[in-house]
Amino acid sequence: MTPNRRLIARLTSARWLSPLVLLAAWEAGSRLGLIPERTLAAPSKVVATLWGMAISGELAANLWVSFLRIALGLAIGVTIGVVLALVAGLSRQGEVAVDPLMQIKRTIPTLALTPLFIVWFGIGETPKVALIAFASIFPVYLNLYSGIRGVDLRLLEGARSFGLSRAELVFHVILPGALPSLLVGLRYSLSVAILVLVVAEQINASAGLGYLINNARDFMRTDIIVVCLMIYAGLGLAADALVRAVEGRALAWRPSIVTQ
Amino acid sequence: MNARTHDLRRSQPQLPPRQPVVRLKDFVRRFGDTTVISGLDLEIEPGEFVALLGRSGSGKTTLLRTLAGLDPAPGQDVVVPDSRAVVFQDARLLPWKKVWRNVALGLRQGDVRRRAEDALREVGLGHRLEAWPLTLSGGEAQRVALARALVREPSLLLLDEPFAALDALTRLRMHELVLSLWTRHRPAVMMVTHDVDEAIALADRIVLLDQGRIVTKERIEAPRGERGHVARGLRDRLLRALGGQLSDGPSPAEVIALHAGGLA
Repeated sequence: MTPNRRLIARLTSARWLSPLVLLAAWEAGSRLGLIPERTLAAPSKVVATLWGMAISGELAANLWVSFLRIALGLAIGVTIGVVLALVAGLSRQGEVAVDPLMQIKRTIPTLALTPLFIVWFGIGETPKVALIAFASIFPVYLNLYSGIRGVDLRLLEGARSFGLSRAELVFHVILPGALPSLLVGLRYSLSVAILVLVVAEQINASAGLGYLINNARDFMRTDIIVVCLMIYAGLGLAADALVRAVEGRALAWRPSIVTQ
Repeated sequence: MNARTHDLRRSQPQLPPRQPVVRLKDFVRRFGDTTVISGLDLEIEPGEFVALLGRSGSGKTTLLRTLAGLDPAPGQDVVVPDSRAVVFQDARLLPWKKVWRNVALGLRQGDVRRRAEDALREVGLGHRLEAWPLTLSGGEAQRVALARALVREPSLLLLDEPFAALDALTRLRMHELVLSLWTRHRPAVMMVTHDVDEAIALADRIVLLDQGRIVTKERIEAPRGERGHVARGLRDRLLRALGGQLSDGPSPAEVIALHAGGLA
């Protein structure tokens, strides 16, 4: 093969090429006036805006507000989810009491509760945090609950034959056995929380990423909208990386990770 | 070997008469309408090695679970010691605890780490203390399970087909190991197995269970390693009682020859 052909072969098998081509076409379209700025700002403009917002501190301040909402909402939601899953997973009466309620809750789309939450909690921070908390309960609950119920009975029996008490069984066998499921639930909760954040933040916000987007919409600043979309995507990636890092440490005993 | 070690060739240690560690009288176990065990009498002396033979469904696992306290038997005449330990066919190590923590599971007194280390050295795994269980081979996992049972110094050691999943050579090594550990610690042992040759090679006494009843009892007086001459007749009797079931293990001559050389 000639070097030229080899280059073409490499290019046609490169996964980064098509996004780059799209980006170049977008930029060219904007420069040539085919894509008006009020429809979509050019990539170069978006990068410049991002840089400007980062320098001025506008981005960090609003990101912090959004981060606090999601952190507080998740902390509340995950805590409730874990407690309910423990109650339902570890006792028969708990299951009878809790599980039907959770299944009912599951059928209600969280975002449909927005009007009710506004009536109850007003338009400040509370309904935003409450929506995120409410939405993030279920994935953690469902996964941890089934993880607890799915713990290997043979391991449980083996541990029981050595005279472990009920509390010791929970601590040494059931909870570590359910941990992988909890982490899966946590990952779902994180992505649901970001989704709900996007909508919740647009309720009459005076700060946060949603506020930035709303404001930009009023002034038709498509560059700021695109910057915020990028930040949301970045939040999703960061959340996933966080859970992966926790998994890498907490599940070090798994062979797939051990052999790496 | 230290002074505590008994001579293996003496099949019964000279002990003063003691209470049996296990006593079942007219034991019955039913699940719903199915009677799994009926009218079973069994006694096990301290330090005695009993093999429990039987086909699948003969009730041997149910009996072992009763002795292990995993299957409570209210209102029945069952005496089992409080200090007992089980080794299951699948080692049942907790995969999220390192090997030494598995051995130390449930230990409360003394230097737990040192006791676990000593037990693991005794089964030849002093170098795998910090390993994750899922990285062990089948034989290694079973040795950890043995260490985990023996670290408790049980007066009754229950073995539930502990070598069935191992290859032939590993199984023979495990026989040696179990015998040497038994000699040193002298728990009463009840080993459930479906391998006639394994039972002949290891046990003082063989009990054969069929449809929830003891159908054959055999006591082997010949010392371990010198059982070649009794093995053939015994094997034939046991296999006949089992209903002509053939063993897939090595022939008795091989097993007994291997044990004859071992334990030096």
